[in-house]
Parts: sequence; structure tokens; C-alpha cells
Amino acid sequence: MASTVRTYVGNQQRMLGLGLVGLVLIVTTVGFLSVTVGARAIPLAEVWTALTAFDPNSTDHRIVWDLRLPRTLIGLLVGAALGLSGAVLQGATRNPLADTSILGIHAGAAVFVVIGIAVFGIGQLSAYVWLAFMGAGAAMVVVYSIASLGREGATPVKLALVGAALTAALSSVVSAVLLTSPRTLDELRFWQVGSLAGRDMSILIQVWPFLAFGVVLALRTARMLDGLSMGEDVARSLGQNVPLSRGVAGLAAVVLAGAATAAAGPIAFVGLTVPHVARAVTGPNYRWILPYSMLLAPILLLGADVIGRVIAPPGEVQVGIVTAALGAPFFIALVRRRKLAAL
Amino acid sequence: MTVLAGSDGIHAIRRSLAARRRRVTVILLVALLVAITASLYFGDYPVAPADIVRSLLSPVTGDVNKGVDFIVLSVRLPRTVLAILTGIAFALSGAIFQTLLRNPLASPDIIGISHGASAAAVVCIVVLGISGIGVSLGALAGALATALAIYGLAWRGGVTAYRIVLVGIGMAAIMSAVISYLFTRARLNEVQEALAWLVGSLNAASLNNIIPLAAALAVLTPATIYLVRGLDVMQLGDDAAMALGNRVEWTRLGLILVAVGHAAFATAAVGPVAFVAFVSGPIARFLLAGAGGGFLQSALVGATVMLGSDMVAQHALPATQLPVGVVTGIFGAGFLLWLLAASSREGRVA
Repeated sequence: MASTVRTYVGNQQRMLGLGLVGLVLIVTTVGFLSVTVGARAIPLAEVWTALTAFDPNSTDHRIVWDLRLPRTLIGLLVGAALGLSGAVLQGATRNPLADTSILGIHAGAAVFVVIGIAVFGIGQLSAYVWLAFMGAGAAMVVVYSIASLGREGATPVKLALVGAALTAALSSVVSAVLLTSPRTLDELRFWQVGSLAGRDMSILIQVWPFLAFGVVLALRTARMLDGLSMGEDVARSLGQNVPLSRGVAGLAAVVLAGAATAAAGPIAFVGLTVPHVARAVTGPNYRWILPYSMLLAPILLLGADVIGRVIAPPGEVQVGIVTAALGAPFFIALVRRRKLAAL
Repeated sequence: MTVLAGSDGIHAIRRSLAARRRRVTVILLVALLVAITASLYFGDYPVAPADIVRSLLSPVTGDVNKGVDFIVLSVRLPRTVLAILTGIAFALSGAIFQTLLRNPLASPDIIGISHGASAAAVVCIVVLGISGIGVSLGALAGALATALAIYGLAWRGGVTAYRIVLVGIGMAAIMSAVISYLFTRARLNEVQEALAWLVGSLNAASLNNIIPLAAALAVLTPATIYLVRGLDVMQLGDDAAMALGNRVEWTRLGLILVAVGHAAFATAAVGPVAFVAFVSGPIARFLLAGAGGGFLQSALVGATVMLGSDMVAQHALPATQLPVGVVTGIFGAGFLLWLLAASSREGRVA
């Protein structure tokens, strides 16, 4: 009996491991597609020479190095960050609706960017990065400190309520500014859809240390999230430090989501839904959910970006719009077909 | 948990809970009355409370003072009435969804209903170039169609709360994508007009938008009172409720219809005023602190939040009138944050 169970679990683990390898291959393929496809199609061979033997006089080479490569790398990193932060937050709060957009991070980023535009007249993307990052961090500090007041500390329900309430308050501030300043509205409407266009290496250099730190931290929370998913009391009786676990998970999620929002604007859909897709494939074990979310999200984000580039020539459709327009029907179909593992 | 000895103890607890419920209800009623009086009193031309009463009664008594009556009856009263009605409707919608789906985040402005109304309205303004009552009708149709789509897509031999929530966030994402796309493609002045509608405002208060909403509430409120009795049992979970003889699927469908109706008609009247639906339920539950009930109190909180926000919006900044939707977020959410921060006792958030 025990050996059959062990074989079954072993088989399942092997399948999930193979799936992970498959996902890495798909991520790589989408990455290559993202470098080659666009308003100007560049064949793979040309991309290869651009990467190995750069010729500053070739337009194709310049496009690869200055536009496509940064955009692809940012897409990969931002996607991974969004997927991971969503999974970690849903696990830590045990709420299927928990996401960085609801926990105040996007609203915090948006407020700082809006104030930057309206009050200080800042207009470059690279300056938004720091504004958005500071805003996200400030919002999460406020959310966490209010939620952890009281004897029982930051319970999931309080975190979710405080986050949503702060989001409400901050979006009010944003709309007040937007209604009175058409110039700010004109800037912000393009920032707040979420886009990978126009991002260069300098943005990547600013955010990658945060993303790397966040990814490492998030992947280490798997065991804590598995503990929390059994309920606070069980987790505590198994010797887990519940407030510490929530704190570490929260920190990882904020760093990831803050950096992602800084780099690409607020993209809500990815972090909210990709973990549910991952959970439908892997079952309730966070040691698998986290890496699956981390790989599925960049496939969605970068794939959507590639489609957005070619779908409406001569213009582009922003990645935030394409992820929702393509991803949401797929997500709904999945919710219908599968018996989803509840949190 | 202490072991309760005998039925005396239980009766005492029941009595104290009922007393708490009554106390909270009375306090909220007083707060609402104060807000109503204040909203009729404040303005460029303050009207004394005695004059307000005289004006309100003037159609009956015939004691007319044209100037004052115009201000009270034609300018301030419609606005006050509309604020109260929409506050009640949003609050009930949110409280029903939050209780039914057993998730404090599951208000209509998060699970897609408001997004559907907003997307339809933005299409009307930006694509079709409609304004005024056409936008309201579009929003109403959008909210109902989105709700229908969510319920239909979540249906698979019955619906579960979890599936409705997930399908709802999927729909919300699609609808916000539509809005964002139209925002990046439209001319800036159209975007401004659409944004003004999305924020929500009571500036257009008149009988034209009060009467449809009042009629809708006249039907929906009794239905709500009838249906929420089944909700307490459903809190125990579908299986337990079914075992206790509750027709879970029908009660749930009825409640969803009622909740969507509230949200849809209120949105059509004033736009998707942010977060009144989301904050009213939690505020009421907080004040009640587990004393049961909640829907009447949520409705009172909703009306007060709406009315209070509108007063702040009108009078906070000299020379500028903000739309009410800018303030509801700060006012309602600020109050909820304060409550959350102020309560340090265990088990206050249920």
C-alpha cells in the first residue's frame, strides 16, 4: 500500500518536473519570437549575428540591441515577477482575489506617478520607475502596519480589507488629480494600461536587482505557504512562526510587484489569474505552484506583447490590454472546465 | 470559549446582542438624520432647520416662501434623496455579494459588475457619442449583461461561490481592458467626459434619475428582506444548508439578481461611485461586532457615506465642486481604515 502511494507520488512529481522543463522551452521560444517579430521582422539568423557580431551601422542590429532585447528581457522578468507575487500573496492571505492590484500596491504606485507628473512635471519613463517603486513600497508599509495592529496581528482578512480600503482611498486621490489636470490624464492613460514599449536597458538596470532579490525570496517561501495553507492553527502547531512567514511572503510580493509595476506599469490580470492556472495543473503544493506561476506568467505576458505588436498595424496594442483580452477568456474557460483547488 | 451553563446564560447573551443591534441601528439612524439636515442646511445660502421643516411641509401647509422653497425643494432635496437612494442600493448590493460569496473583497466593484456597466458607458460616450440618459441606459444594460454572463459562465450543473468570484475577476479584466483600450484610442476631451462619468457624480440629480431608482428599490428591497433570511443558513456551507431544507440554488440566484439589480440601477443613476458597495458592509459588521443582522445597518451606512461624501465634495474646496466619487473612496475607506486600526480586540473582523 505504502509503496503504491509512493510510486504514485513519484510519478506525479516526475510529470510535474517534465512539465517544468517543457515550460522553460516554451519561455525560450516566446523569447526568441519576441526578438524577431515586430513592425520590422528580423530573421533569427540576423538576430544571431546581431548578438554575436554587432555592427553599429546595421538598422536591424540596432533594433535588436536597443529595442527588442531590452523589451524581451523586461517582459520575461516582469512576467515572472507578476506571476510569483500573485501566487505568494494568494497563498499568504488565502484569498483567491488577493493580488497586488487589490492590496494597494498598484494604487500606491499610481498615486506617486500622478503626483510626479502633476506637481513636479516629470515626464520620462525612467523617472516613473522610482516613483512607482516608492509608491508601491509606501502603500504596502501602510497596509501591513495597519493590518498588524491588534493582538492577532496581520490576519488574511484584515490584510485584504486594509489593502482594498487603501486602494479605494488612493484611487480617489488619483481621480481627483486626473479630473482637474487634463495634461496628467493624457500622460497617465498610457502609463496605466501597462506596456513594455519604449523601455530600454536603463530601466532594466534599475529594476533587476530588486527582481532578482524578490524571486529568490519568493521561491524560498514555498514551505511556509504550504504550512499556512493548512490553516493558521495547524501551521503554528507544526512549529511555524506564522507572523514571520506572512511578513517574509509579503516582503517578497511587494518587492516583486513594486519592481514590475515600476518597469511596465500596473498590469493586474497576470498576477491574479496565473496562480490559479498553475494550481489547476499542479494541485495545492506551493513547491510546484511557485515555479509554474513564475514560468507561465512570462509566456502569457511576452506572448501577449508579441501579439499586440502585430495585431493592429501600424500601431501597437499595449500588453496590459492584450493579456486581459486573450488571457481572460482562457482563464474563464479553465475555471469552467476544471475542478479548481480552493485555497 | 467558555462553556455556557443553562439557558439563562444563552438568553442573557441573546438579549445583550439584540440590545447592541438596536443601539447600532439607532446611532446610524441619528447619523443619517444629522447628515440629511446638514445636506439641506449647508450651501451658499444656509437654511435654518426650522425653515427646512417649513419648506418640506409647504406643499401640504401652503406656507410658501418661494426663494427658500426653491433652494430646499428643487436644488438640495433631489440631491439628498438621490444620495440616500444610491447609498442604500450600493450598500445592499455589496453586503449581499460579500455575504453570499463569503469573501469581504467580493463587492460588485471588484467582481466585474461595475466594470461591465463602466465599459458599456465608455462605449456609449467614446464610440457612439451618446450622452445623458442614453449613457445611463447603456450602463444598466452593461451591468445586467455582465452579471448574466458571469452567472452563465460560472454555471456548471449549479454555481459555486468560488467559481463566481473567479469568473467575475476574469470578466472584470476583460471589461477594464476594453476601457483602457478606448482610453488610449479616444480624443482627450472624450476621455475626460468618460472619466467624469466613471468617477460618478450627483450633479445631475433630478426626478428623471430618482424615479427609476426609487421604483427599482420599491421592488428590490422587499425581495431582499425576503431572501436574506435564507442567507444565514447558507453561511454554514451549501451542503449543510441543503440538509436543513434550504433550496440553495434558487435562493442564491434570487439573491444575485437582487444584488445586481441594486448595483445596476444605482450605477445607471449616478455612475459607478467607487467603493460605497465595498465599505458599507464591513463598516456595519464592525459596528455590530458579531451581533447578527447587518443588511439594514449596511444600508444606513451606505446612505450616510454617500451623503457625507457628497457634502465634503461640494464644500471642502472653495470655488470647486468635486464629483462625489472622488470623495467616497477617501471618506468611506478612510473610515474603514480607522475602524480597522482602532479595534485592537481579537475576533472583530468576521
